[in-house]
Amino acid sequence: MTFVAPRALATAGADAPEMRAVYSQTLMDLAAEDPRIVVIDADLARANATDKFRDAYPERHVDVGVAEANMVGIAAGLSTTGMIPFPGTFSCFAGRRVFDQFFISAAYAKLNVKLTGSDPGVAATYNGGTHMAFEDIGVMRTVPGLTIYEPSDPVTLRALLRESAATYGSSYLRLHRKYIAPMYDESFEAELGKGIVVTEGSDVTLIATGAVMVPEAITAAETLEASGINAAVIDMHTVKPIDRELVVRFARATGAIVTCENHQVNSGLGAAVAEVLVEEWPVPMRRIGVHDEFGEVGTLDYLKERYGLTAQSIVAAAEAVIEQKRTMERAQ
Amino acid sequence: MNSEELRTLQRKAIEIRRVTLDEIAHLGVGHVGGSMSVVEVLVLLYYKVLKIDPADPAWEGRDKFVMSKGHAGPSLYAILADRGFFDRSWLHTLNVGGTSLPSHCDRTRTPGIDMSTGSLGQGLSVAVGMALGHRMQGLPGRVYALVGDGDTNEGQTWEAAMSAGMFGLSNLVAFTDYNRMQIDGPSEEIMSLVDLAGRWKTFGWDVQQVDGHDLSAIDEAVKAAVAAQNARPRPAMIILETVKGKGISFAEGDYKNHNMPVSRDQAAEADRILAARLEALETQGVTT
Repeated sequence: MTFVAPRALATAGADAPEMRAVYSQTLMDLAAEDPRIVVIDADLARANATDKFRDAYPERHVDVGVAEANMVGIAAGLSTTGMIPFPGTFSCFAGRRVFDQFFISAAYAKLNVKLTGSDPGVAATYNGGTHMAFEDIGVMRTVPGLTIYEPSDPVTLRALLRESAATYGSSYLRLHRKYIAPMYDESFEAELGKGIVVTEGSDVTLIATGAVMVPEAITAAETLEASGINAAVIDMHTVKPIDRELVVRFARATGAIVTCENHQVNSGLGAAVAEVLVEEWPVPMRRIGVHDEFGEVGTLDYLKERYGLTAQSIVAAAEAVIEQKRTMERAQ
Repeated sequence: MNSEELRTLQRKAIEIRRVTLDEIAHLGVGHVGGSMSVVEVLVLLYYKVLKIDPADPAWEGRDKFVMSKGHAGPSLYAILADRGFFDRSWLHTLNVGGTSLPSHCDRTRTPGIDMSTGSLGQGLSVAVGMALGHRMQGLPGRVYALVGDGDTNEGQTWEAAMSAGMFGLSNLVAFTDYNRMQIDGPSEEIMSLVDLAGRWKTFGWDVQQVDGHDLSAIDEAVKAAVAAQNARPRPAMIILETVKGKGISFAEGDYKNHNMPVSRDQAAEADRILAARLEALETQGVTT
């Protein structure tokens, strides 16, 4: 299996930084360059590591206490004065609790609010069902003009966060905050809206998003290769706007798609890819993700097994979708 | 303010009511009640208090205004047109498809509107963010916000109240249009705001309560608010005792006037009364 994207030399586990530390450090780097950068927290500065930002730039940090709606409104107000606000909370609150505030005060008002939701999906582990956002991508996809992205590693997080800060318009960052080893070489510059071709392939394309599922997709591709199946892997870090051109190119090249997301399959990455396929190049597809269920407590490994967010599930889906492709080819 | 200045502003308030009524009557339906109860505070702000430049609506050094009760757009539009932010001919496009004047304020469509509002409860948070942004950047502009009493039912308004007090925002002055009416009936029967002044005081605000249709009382209250803020940094709330639908014969005091149909005949009759008041003001120097 040949990696197309410039791969990091570090092996998994070695030198893995916390994503939240990378997030906070990148915001501090941005703040050093741009006096308009401001961070707003709702009593989760320690959880999202933005307490480091607060200590470095106390005059450009606001903590509103446990009041996420007010946080988003304040961010919108700061944006009207030319500041670039980064309000942050857990993804469950970003998608559910403050949807109207983000929709109206930020997006509808065409302001520049960079909302971050951390601990997406099963990454919420011991916080369980109340905190387990399987729907935030889905609700955010309904916000007109919004950019939604979920970086898979520290390198892409840094690049995409910097690009978001430099681009006017509201956005939603789905942030995994735990330890993640760099997958890409330090020099690699991901671009919002452009999916990353991790490996080329000819039999099936695995389109994945985020730090939980992109590594699973790569592992699945390695397993499939052992049984003679050549799988392409795409890191679709930006779910909106979806990279339509890339989806169509790989649908044509491989004729079978499996999407992989740490989110429910309704309304998320799988839905976004399916919408492109049915309109432009219909091919058989399967969606790996949560199927119409709420979250619950457990370790990350337990929850990945529980909801089928594993390389093993992806392999089975890839085999099934290739079989369907062949059945359809024979029927023609 | 001196008596001549007061008379000028009183005249303006009557004119703005007439223009607002004409906007709504031209369409045939609209938010009569809440647009009319806020006329005096808007007149005071836009003809006396706010540092703004109609030729440069985005001037960085300006004061800002957030109409948190976004449905009161029509009376604000009458004022913005009169101040020259856009042409008066726009006023008859209220709520017509493709208009720049939607019933709820929209910063992306209307010159002079600082924030999009209409989902109640959100405006004061935005004003808090504006005030923080001005403070962070050393911008001189003050931030003014107008919340409704229905708006004040929303929890987010109290989140904003709590934070503004905590942050000691001495560049934020808010008003409550305390007309004691909401869509489903009198506030006392739907969701009481008893001891509204005490509630704001508890959150660390300087609070005054005045007749919201008395221009000189509002003017004095704004001056007193700024003086209080200079003495000790804190946000200021001026509760305006108002009447929903004020000055409009067929609507005044009727809670069903929140969003109502307006016939040409009704409008003509109400306008005749307003014209007579203007006449009385000119000849006798009095208004009601």
